Amino acid sequence: MSDLAWIEAALTSARPQAIGALLRYFRNLDTAEEAFQNACLRALKSWPQNGPPRDAAAWLIMVGRNVAIDDIRKTSKHAPLPEDATEISDLEDAESEFAERLDGSHYRDDILRLLFICCHPQLPATQQIAMALRVVSGLSVKQIARAFLISDAAMEQRITRAKAAIARAEVPFETPGAPERAERLAAVAAMLYLIFNEGYSAEGDSVEARTPLCEEAIRLARLLLKLFPGEPEMMGLTALMLLQHARAVARFDADATLVLLDDQDRSLWNGKMIAEGLALIDKAMRHRRAGSYQIQAAVAALHARAAKPEDTDWVQIDLLYGSLEILQPSPVVTLNRSVAVAKIRGPEAALAMIAPLAPRLQNYFHFFGVQGAYLMQLGRHDDARISFNRAIALANTSAEAAHIRMHLDRMMDESKPVTVPSPSSP
Amino acid sequence: MLYAILCYHDEAVVGAWSKDEDDAVMAKLAVVHGKLAASGKLGPVARLLPTTAATTLRKDSDPPLVLDGPFAETKEQLLGFYVVEVASLDGALEIARDLGRANPGGAYEIRPIGLFQPGHAGGNAT
Repeated sequence: MSDLAWIEAALTSARPQAIGALLRYFRNLDTAEEAFQNACLRALKSWPQNGPPRDAAAWLIMVGRNVAIDDIRKTSKHAPLPEDATEISDLEDAESEFAERLDGSHYRDDILRLLFICCHPQLPATQQIAMALRVVSGLSVKQIARAFLISDAAMEQRITRAKAAIARAEVPFETPGAPERAERLAAVAAMLYLIFNEGYSAEGDSVEARTPLCEEAIRLARLLLKLFPGEPEMMGLTALMLLQHARAVARFDADATLVLLDDQDRSLWNGKMIAEGLALIDKAMRHRRAGSYQIQAAVAALHARAAKPEDTDWVQIDLLYGSLEILQPSPVVTLNRSVAVAKIRGPEAALAMIAPLAPRLQNYFHFFGVQGAYLMQLGRHDDARISFNRAIALANTSAEAAHIRMHLDRMMDESKPVTVPSPSSP
Repeated sequence: MLYAILCYHDEAVVGAWSKDEDDAVMAKLAVVHGKLAASGKLGPVARLLPTTAATTLRKDSDPPLVLDGPFAETKEQLLGFYVVEVASLDGALEIARDLGRANPGGAYEIRPIGLFQPGHAGGNAT
């Protein structure tokens, strides 16, 4: 790796902490981002000559803060300086002392606050994701626009609008109490999973552009887990994303067609990610504080542990979805559970289980895909065809539609074995 | 003489490497590993999963306390290790320098090994 690549990795890793701290000083996101940007420019000049500082984030915070204070002084002589904004003249000597003065416990809340303002409830999901990628991860507008398949200008506008909404909102800067911290963590976790799914749901040409979103979500989740090492739901979320992302390479064939879990070449699964995911879910379970991410991760873990599809412990998966139904009732969870039920008790039982869901899932692609598959297994081909055609009409992506057409084709050849599509990822 | 080369690095920085950058570092390291293996100096090698996957058993209480996370909260973390067989510290340092050229940043701690049992587990690990 070149010097420059190393510095860039150091800047990226320091970014959430540095911008989070600068935001706390200046209480303005634009000022904080600009201060960080200026500090990075100085780092690119200074680090190749002087070597990287001992604590890159502390260096960037200090330099960014001083530059911004200078700028504020220049532009407005009357502007009041932020509280405790003292200038440090000799950067090199002051660095270690400054690093020690930056209270480690502040960092945790700084980073959490920075992520939390991105997932402000007034922002639609896509804006939350765009904000987090821009502000916390430091992806360029161009990179984000590419992932969302929209123009740079449209993405720029989206981010500007989101920033304006955040600026209008009241951002609490005092150190949060335990209940607020838990709320923030839950909101941020949900946003990270949104980022992940934005990458995970990609298909066709956009897979390459969106896969980095999965990696970024995992990186941020690991960062949060490092800050909050004893939070079982953060372990669960990180494990869930790792276990799903481990299958990335096997999920599409050479024609970019989606490959179902049962049909995937399991030797392509990423063993290292699975090992990390399993380690995390093991750790989470020890806390005996169940949560929806942990349960979903546990389902993903059972798939990951099965060397062959027929080794899958469907009884355990059924039980896990049963707990998820109690914890977080939703027709989609029941639909997922029905897949396990079909494996254990057969398609008839699964059909009975999903029948009451029909009114609420009238426009849900997976409902008709799954229903069609059960009907097909029962040999009710005419009914299956109706469900499949409905699914194709509701398909969100061409890969989904292509997948259902494959089922229709298979039905023509009854002798072939049939697989049941999993309605959603775990 | 057996030495352990303990690899310390800023985990956040290593975690911020793109997959391509990580692959590039691993490919460069593989060249060094190959050279060491060919000369018969290379023992077991391990790259550890992130410290977020770590659990610590503290023995200073009874019963011992199980804590989430690594033993020490430091900026640079133990991310992996090598066992090498060389005649002297100079030989171990030379290997560490070679490894350092392939994988910049961080530090290697070179520790002579007192007792070494290669064991049999881990034959299937990747």
